[in-house]
Amino acid sequence: MITETAAVLCSVVARWRRPPQEDLETLVPHPLRAAAAIVGAVDAVSPDGRLGRSDAQLEVEMIRGALDDAGLTIADVDCLMTTNGMMGSLELGERLGVRGRFTDSTMTGGSSFEVHVEHAAAAIAAGLCEVAVIVYAATPRGGKNPFAGGGPGIGGQDSALFQWDLPYGLGLPAASYSLAAQRHMHDFGTTSEQLAQIAVSFREWAVKNPNAYHQDPITIDDVLASPMVAEPLHKLDCCLVTDGAGALVVTSAERARDLARPPVYVLGAGTAHTHGMSISQMGDVTTTAAAVSGPQAMAMAGIGHGDVDVVELYDSFTITALMTLEDLGFCAKGEGGDFVSDGRLGPGGVLPTNTNGGGLSYTHPGMYGMFILVEAVRQLRGEGGDRQVPGAEVAIANGCGGVLSCTSTIVLGTEATR
Amino acid sequence: MPRIEPPVTPLAEPYWDATRRRELVAQRCDACDRFVWYPREVCPGCLSAELDWAPLAGTGTIYTFNVMRKPGNPMMGDDVPYVVALVDLDEGIRMTTNVVGADGSLRCDQRVRVDWSVELSDGRRLPVFRVTDD
Repeated sequence: MITETAAVLCSVVARWRRPPQEDLETLVPHPLRAAAAIVGAVDAVSPDGRLGRSDAQLEVEMIRGALDDAGLTIADVDCLMTTNGMMGSLELGERLGVRGRFTDSTMTGGSSFEVHVEHAAAAIAAGLCEVAVIVYAATPRGGKNPFAGGGPGIGGQDSALFQWDLPYGLGLPAASYSLAAQRHMHDFGTTSEQLAQIAVSFREWAVKNPNAYHQDPITIDDVLASPMVAEPLHKLDCCLVTDGAGALVVTSAERARDLARPPVYVLGAGTAHTHGMSISQMGDVTTTAAAVSGPQAMAMAGIGHGDVDVVELYDSFTITALMTLEDLGFCAKGEGGDFVSDGRLGPGGVLPTNTNGGGLSYTHPGMYGMFILVEAVRQLRGEGGDRQVPGAEVAIANGCGGVLSCTSTIVLGTEATR
Repeated sequence: MPRIEPPVTPLAEPYWDATRRRELVAQRCDACDRFVWYPREVCPGCLSAELDWAPLAGTGTIYTFNVMRKPGNPMMGDDVPYVVALVDLDEGIRMTTNVVGADGSLRCDQRVRVDWSVELSDGRRLPVFRVTDD
């Protein structure tokens, strides 16, 4: 059995490496392309930001919901993926009675769930597991906020962050992102008005989403008039702090065809990182790792920018969204300000982006990447309600975790794009 | 100005000792002759463990900065607004710091010089920076 699995894995890796990149794109489909599909996707948010259940309760609720959505049961699950807790996937398996044959507790902050989808697709393609469940729950409003208070932070008192950044008062997430925004403004002439337009466009989507935390429209002036948190970022340039939870079920393309919902195929994936939690180590703070993960995922999927119907990306702050659009190649580096200025990202725009309202207006429990994927699946299934992008066939989901540290790009597509 | 006071790890002890003398030092890699910030076990350029401590001129340019209107941690609640900056030192390393004494005209690429006015409770000092005319 071990030999058999190893042989399958080796053949996958060998096929992966053999053709040069040009051939991959034009002649030989990447072995990961459409090998796996998301077949279950649910989330839980609340317009008042509170869910009133514990993280553990929410995890179980989400897993049950995602399996019901897929038409599968817990007995079908042979892999759990989560960020929560120490040895999280093992503890979760013990609670649920799941004995996994592949497992993943990778934690890359907000991009973790895109990384999980990438790993699930790779494991499924290699025959290492067949049904993977990815889950997330966090209750910073109703419960304990792991991001509050400016404590030792990730890695404790010996971490680089604690020793070399926090003594200078860099503890707030907005602080690091404001450093990126300032340099982007300096290098490219990006303005606060242009950043504000991003918040306005995402709010226009949230107005159409009955589950969004914020459902009242805003103007650029509203964003500019909101209090400064870390100049040049205003309060309305910053994401929410809400309770939230979600789960995804990923399985093989073959098995997906017989299930309850239309499969949403994983067409491409890429992950890259530049640094950990110290933005002083990032290098060029105006370019995220999406400049690597994005092109890789799109090449794997064999798509160009014109093929993309909907973009779901990480908007921890408006600047995160702007730099991500540049890094994914929707416009040149430095042109993001102009690119977003005409409402291109909002309802009726040519590049519908963050159609649920995003982390700025829908929900943000600390790691928004789960909701990026759930909304992308909803759009590709045509379940978007008032905010549905007509005829959406290809979506890009881009997570960004840490402090602009680790991006993971997933290209998703419908049956028509296989 | 109360600060989070980081522990003195054995690795970083020479750095902190130098700050007591108002001297700014950083590790330099013997193998590839580059300065390293922050203190660590190996050179991030070549993985050599041959790192020595070397003095820094204490001058550099502001790569980027912000103005903190909300405190980054509760201890600094009385200090807002304050400026957090990434400063590119002339030796080719980038450190997180504060720019003190700044007015509203602060901008990227301005020249700065080290300032030793911030003392921790045990006599160590946190190097911060001040804009210079040159």
